[in-house]
Amino acid sequence: MKPAIETREISKRFGAVQANDQISLVVDKGSVHGIVGENGAGKSTLLKMLFGFYTPNSGDILVDGEHCRFSNPTDAMSAGIAMVHQHFMLVEPFTVLENIILGAEGAGLLKRACAEASVKIKKLEEEFGFNLPLDTPVSHLSVGERQRVEILKALYRGAETLILDEPTAVLTPQECDQLFALINVLKSQGKTVLFVTHKLHEIIAVTDAVTVIRGGKVITRMATSETTPDQLAEAMVGAKITRAVEAEDRGGAAQARLRLTNVCALSDMGHAALDSISFELYDGEVLGVAGVAGNGQTELLEVLSGMRRVTDGEVTISGKVTNTSDHMYDPIMLRDMGLAHIAEDRLKTGVVSSMTGRENAVLGYQRTNDFSKGGLLKLNAIADAADTYYETQDVRPRDPDLPLEALSGGNQQKLVIAREIARDPEIMVIGQPTRGVDIGAVTKIHDQIIALRNQGKALLVVSADLDELMVVSDRIAVMCDGKLAGIVPVDQADERTLGLMMAGDASTAEQQTQASV
Amino acid sequence: MEFLTDLVLLSNSTLRVATPLLLAALAGLCSERAGIVDIGLEGKMLAAAFAAASAAAVTGSPWAGLLAGIMASVLLALIHGYVSINQRGNQIVSGMAINILVAGLAPTLANAWFSRGGQTPLLGNEARFTEITLPLADTLSSVPVIGDVYSNVLSGHSMLTYVAFASVPVVAWVLYKTRFGLRLRAVGENPEAVETAGISVVLLRYQAMIIAGILCGIAGSSLSTALGAGFIRDMSAGKGYLALAAMIFGRWKPVPTLLACLLFAFVDALQGRLQGVELPLIGEIPVQFTIMLPYILTVVILAGFAGKMDAPKASGIPYEKNR
Repeated sequence: MKPAIETREISKRFGAVQANDQISLVVDKGSVHGIVGENGAGKSTLLKMLFGFYTPNSGDILVDGEHCRFSNPTDAMSAGIAMVHQHFMLVEPFTVLENIILGAEGAGLLKRACAEASVKIKKLEEEFGFNLPLDTPVSHLSVGERQRVEILKALYRGAETLILDEPTAVLTPQECDQLFALINVLKSQGKTVLFVTHKLHEIIAVTDAVTVIRGGKVITRMATSETTPDQLAEAMVGAKITRAVEAEDRGGAAQARLRLTNVCALSDMGHAALDSISFELYDGEVLGVAGVAGNGQTELLEVLSGMRRVTDGEVTISGKVTNTSDHMYDPIMLRDMGLAHIAEDRLKTGVVSSMTGRENAVLGYQRTNDFSKGGLLKLNAIADAADTYYETQDVRPRDPDLPLEALSGGNQQKLVIAREIARDPEIMVIGQPTRGVDIGAVTKIHDQIIALRNQGKALLVVSADLDELMVVSDRIAVMCDGKLAGIVPVDQADERTLGLMMAGDASTAEQQTQASV
Repeated sequence: MEFLTDLVLLSNSTLRVATPLLLAALAGLCSERAGIVDIGLEGKMLAAAFAAASAAAVTGSPWAGLLAGIMASVLLALIHGYVSINQRGNQIVSGMAINILVAGLAPTLANAWFSRGGQTPLLGNEARFTEITLPLADTLSSVPVIGDVYSNVLSGHSMLTYVAFASVPVVAWVLYKTRFGLRLRAVGENPEAVETAGISVVLLRYQAMIIAGILCGIAGSSLSTALGAGFIRDMSAGKGYLALAAMIFGRWKPVPTLLACLLFAFVDALQGRLQGVELPLIGEIPVQFTIMLPYILTVVILAGFAGKMDAPKASGIPYEKNR
């Protein structure tokens, strides 16, 4: 049988960067094929060529054994290739039905188009086991449901091959299981799935074969049954990496560094975002905070870092009450107390991306005597500090005069980390430590978090990545709907129970909380 | 009885005043629903008013005037489109540039062509859209209430007024009941979704620009060839901004926008009636204050009621394909 998709030595160059270098890929028909690689390995470029967003500089793309040239996504679509993007291509106020037919409406009048389409969609739903509310606006759907809308949309357009770009990045573990089940149904109905991820256990779980890409080149192609996550990780990164870091015993800290007592806060929209949250964080400990995005983690970070006032309860840091409904320490006062904050949304609150690396290196500390005097900046001291940060964290390119937007996300994050730990803080509040950071740098950031903990710092880490929390945390707190669903010591935690707690399964949450007492 | 007469007159002038406002607001609506902020309504309207008055003065035909008005407005809309869509420029800056350009250019051209101090010649009735008496209006006028409303409020407007009100259901139908409307609304919310669905964002937005240009062109033409009889410097008098405010207050939806336009028009008509009228307790309100009424209303409405919530999400954001 001819492969569903075959590429022969396709290359793509952007200016001086060779994003894809003679990539040859064979995806068997009716199989689930995985593509793994670090951020920046060239996965996205490859995908974009496969669904017609970019045209290759050289090489051939074959679909069902026939040469194809795609000049836009419509061409790829008519060859039966559809992409399910990581950021959903959905119009939120539109209903599921309207989203599915957009661009493939058929009739010029919507009434007729919808009537015709819903018959066809019902049939597809039956065939593939979907159950989506067609007349509900997409904005009312959960992330998992939206992803299914995207997949149904592709099937409606007659897709034979579906490209899923990091499909699990936004899902809870339960939603992931549903997705995997759906992928199996698609496969059993003869569809081909190209599954792109950087999570290796997912590759093992759903794919039949896997291609590893590094530095724009294919490193290896293996049958999934004949490989292991370690092997894949090694192929991906190029050197053996050890992820687990030895934890040291915590010295018996007497007083909590951070204490939250019945903290409540409102979101920007005025809804209750934090609902009576209480916990303690001790020196020499990493408390991980897990949860599906939008369950109060952002507000928690803001409450701790002096950016959002609580409506009830209090936050105590190093014995001082820093946030109550009538007064709040601002970020400057908190910094002076030894609180460092690595912002969740780097570009919004962590850096000013149009300013140079040097300026960003002291941002937030520019008032301190080290960096200014009488309102004038000490430029030499700032330059020295920036050079040191670039050196110790290996920030690349090593040119502090470049605006920060010229750096990759990982390098920006390295600079932020250097800046925040330079003051030797007592307590660190970290949001999404490795968001947009490539896997080599991820390990280094994890090592640093654990090193800080071993130095006796108190760290709170909010992350959407459960694997990450399992690596760095001593205890993991799970947030669901603004409440603390429970705190689990890491040695008793596994993804399944954490996932259930994230999804608001009360009985499991209770059980886990009791277990942790 | 006098109160009733007042009310009838007030309603009649509300409809008159609402004509350019409504057309311009619908123009803005089509544009913003497609994701392009249209603060240049004012300038397009003024340009259309000038072009229509000039063409009507030269040819003696209001239809030639209307055509010229529409062409002028569409031309400016396309310039705005080129800046916003192809060059991904700042849409507010581009719109304001159009407003400023026209405010200066129209009187200058008028002066050069007609040498009347920045005005166009006064148009005779044959070169204007004159009042139409609806069928049976004279016969029915004696019927109390219904006949009164029909013959004195609804009848006796220019054709463009009827066009304006008819375009509300037409725009609503196109927007909500047709494939084109679905795509137009989609491109204002999430252009990437439209592009990946295989539809050209650029083409769709240009189509929206042209529709907005046509509607705004009719609005401007109505100023100088239906409500007025010639072009006067600054004759749009902020109506483009009022229309934008009405559209925002109408939450980017045709029927609520119609109601908002009627409210603005009513206040405008009311201020006309209030001039020189002795009110109980207050006495006569100085004309400077009555003229302010519609603008004060705009400020109050925009500051107090209008939310950003309902705005099309992609409105005002340049769309770049290779992000």
